[in-house]
Amino acid sequence: MPDKVKAERIRNSKDLEEVRARILQSRSSKIPCIVIPSGTCCQARGSSEVACAFQREIEKHALGDKVAVRVTGCGGFCQTEPNVVIYPEEIYYQKLSPDDAEEVILEAVLRGRVIDRLLYADPNTGERFTHLNDIPFFKKQRRLLLANNLRVDPTSIHDYLAINGYNALSKVLQEKTPDEVINEIKQSGLRGRGGAGFTTGGKWELCRKARGDVKYVICNADEGDPGAYMDRSLLEGNPHSVIEGMIIGGYAIGASEGFIYVRDEYPLAVRHCRLAIEKAREYGFLGNDILGSGFSFDIKISMGAGAFVCGEETALIASIQGERGTPRQRPPFPAERGLWGKPTNINNVETWANVPLIMTKGAGWYSKIGIKKSKGTKIFSLVGKINNTGLVEVPLGTTLREIVYDIGGGIANGKKFKAVQTGGPSGGCIPSSLLDLPIDYESLAQAGSIMGSGGMIVMDEDTCMIDIARYYTAFLSDESCGKCLSCRKGTQRMYEILTDISEGKGEEGDIELLEELALVIKDTSLCGLGQTAPNPVISTIRYFQDEYEAHIKEKRCPSGVCKELISYYIKPEKCQACLICLRNCPVQAITGGKGLVHIIDQNKCTKCGTCLEVCPPRFGAVAKLSGKKAPEPVLQGTEVIRSRKTDVNA
Amino acid sequence: MLTLRINGLDVRAEEGWSILETARFYGIDIPTFCYHDGLSAWGGCRLCVVEIGEGESAKLVSSCTYPATEGLVVRTHSMRVIAARKLLVELLLSSCPSSKTIQDLAARLNVQKVRFKVEHEDCVYCGLCVRICAEQMGAKAIGFVNRGGKIKITTPFDHKSEVCRHCGACMYVCPACQLRCQGAEPPGVVCGSCLSPEPTCLEFYPDLMCYMGAEGNCGTCIREKPKRKLRS
Repeated sequence: MPDKVKAERIRNSKDLEEVRARILQSRSSKIPCIVIPSGTCCQARGSSEVACAFQREIEKHALGDKVAVRVTGCGGFCQTEPNVVIYPEEIYYQKLSPDDAEEVILEAVLRGRVIDRLLYADPNTGERFTHLNDIPFFKKQRRLLLANNLRVDPTSIHDYLAINGYNALSKVLQEKTPDEVINEIKQSGLRGRGGAGFTTGGKWELCRKARGDVKYVICNADEGDPGAYMDRSLLEGNPHSVIEGMIIGGYAIGASEGFIYVRDEYPLAVRHCRLAIEKAREYGFLGNDILGSGFSFDIKISMGAGAFVCGEETALIASIQGERGTPRQRPPFPAERGLWGKPTNINNVETWANVPLIMTKGAGWYSKIGIKKSKGTKIFSLVGKINNTGLVEVPLGTTLREIVYDIGGGIANGKKFKAVQTGGPSGGCIPSSLLDLPIDYESLAQAGSIMGSGGMIVMDEDTCMIDIARYYTAFLSDESCGKCLSCRKGTQRMYEILTDISEGKGEEGDIELLEELALVIKDTSLCGLGQTAPNPVISTIRYFQDEYEAHIKEKRCPSGVCKELISYYIKPEKCQACLICLRNCPVQAITGGKGLVHIIDQNKCTKCGTCLEVCPPRFGAVAKLSGKKAPEPVLQGTEVIRSRKTDVNA
Repeated sequence: MLTLRINGLDVRAEEGWSILETARFYGIDIPTFCYHDGLSAWGGCRLCVVEIGEGESAKLVSSCTYPATEGLVVRTHSMRVIAARKLLVELLLSSCPSSKTIQDLAARLNVQKVRFKVEHEDCVYCGLCVRICAEQMGAKAIGFVNRGGKIKITTPFDHKSEVCRHCGACMYVCPACQLRCQGAEPPGVVCGSCLSPEPTCLEFYPDLMCYMGAEGNCGTCIREKPKRKLRS
């Protein structure tokens, strides 16, 4: 929606109210608004084309004054993208193509008819839902932060002002002293959303009390976990909320400058942040004498090259300073000596986004959400073998089962749940026996995992835990900055041992050696990356030791994933010589012919599994074997046993 | 003056001292590898780890970088510390078994075997060369490049450096490329020869005397390696 109200510098809270009133007046709430979520993830699934199609159709039918279109950040339900939400009723249409635009506008928006075909259908029950809030994925969430992603166009400061944006800042600057702000944050119980869970208020207080005339605040947007994207989604979808949080934080701490450290791989987030900062400056929320309070603050963007380790605060500071992103010894903590040696406070994107919320609604309200030691909501990115992939925001203390089954809709393709990896690469795998574990900082740590930034990767029964541990160890070994011997060499050695195990070269004593290595890496590494790097290995050994033993002792991969430990075999009694597997084999490892039993040449086979995939289910002739050698093949040229129907079914 | 407790002993430290400096002042021996008196502490090899704190919150920190603070409780040779140091030396030894410095460390810490695949890397990334070049020579000709397994120490963009004066300080300080152990045993095993009371070189280099002693600094056996030995 183009900003109709002219930009002007807002000098005090009265100005702010006036501008807000004018914005609201200029917008008619009566006309329907089509919201098209278009974050990076949505664009990857074609939301840009859909948005263009909608705009084209509106122009074509000259509906500019009857229908509004708002392109926003990610709505969270990535499984259904590209989607649209039609306000004010919040009707949800999913998996759209540009061709659907005309029908949605003419039928659904103007005539008010519901297009059944485009509604979300529950993958388990097939039930269709019309309204956003009826969809189980959204219904069970508490979207305090994410809901705003659909309410604001991130490129428009007016949209943010229209939903009472910068109200919290105005209130803070007018009514509260910095100490009162810190007290409020402390009472709210907010803890760092970046992973470690240090209390935010306590962190602010340390920095406020630190001696120094110049202080800094930093927003850590160096989100690098594979499969996690909540910070990106917030920065892309609602950058002003983060900026407002940082200004409030700057005021409380006594900082004059803030930095948003964001990775270069997030171009859309960088663009939206930059635009938001410019707008905020134009309107007087950044710069000198903010809202006439005498408090001055400005924000700069600092772009990182995408090193995982730069999410660690001392490495992040080094990176902003233009040095190599390497962690250093704490103490001194950044609160005493941080950026350019000045007291610095670093918080995660989500933490900052929570601040305006707490200031508006009060610490008392906020601390009622969540459980004892973990307050508020947390956004998780629920990905993997799950029916409903997307960002979910739930109160802390929600159980894993609720997230996986109620919100996530269970495991895809009717498979069995095996484990969920929380906290990104350095988190641990939590098995099905702990599904009722409440998700909070302490419980996760006790289960051998971490909260991390909130990645949640669901695995089904077809996942090999050694393979998973190996994947994460490889990631961490690549992303280790290389300073500490334990982390650099230790993770590399763990990777080598895990590779041996997965290739059937594992030996007795490997598990013990892994455990010993894991303990030393955890104990002796300098930063959080190294200290948590063995978590995937430790937790998989803890909960899935039988799988390790099967790999080492029986040379068997129970999930049939480790290529060196499996073989494919065509059962001669079932093969109907249909030639399908023979033609599809990418390496021509299958011999046979019309009427002749097909045989896999084990020396040529690359174990890609194509033959198993393409073999018609009614024959079921291809078998995947693990732990035992494929039986000797029948003689080449053996004729197939033509089976009657009864035989095939048998 | 700060007061802290190391191995049950109340000691006093100057403001700004590290745990390592304090311990060494009191004659407590903590093994180090990437630490050098004339250079800033880096804390990369982790060999100098000590245990601080008590009970649940006890943790290992590198003593060369951790500042001595008032009331700190330090254990320099607890079980946890020694186990960690041994494994760290094993890791070092597995990647650069021909370094005499590392072999000596292994012998000192009684490391008996290497359970990892033995590699022969030319660099163990202790960063001594980078620091001596920057801090003592004022050249800053070399630095770390890349991360993880791809890490290396080189000049910017691998180009011939214009600021390097070929002073050789980097080579002088390097524990991996100086003092290559090429003694009695095939590379890859723990020899500990330099620390054993009988100089094993005698059998192999009958014309030379081994003066290496416990510190093993002479390096005679490398400089004057008899040619006939190489051929066999």
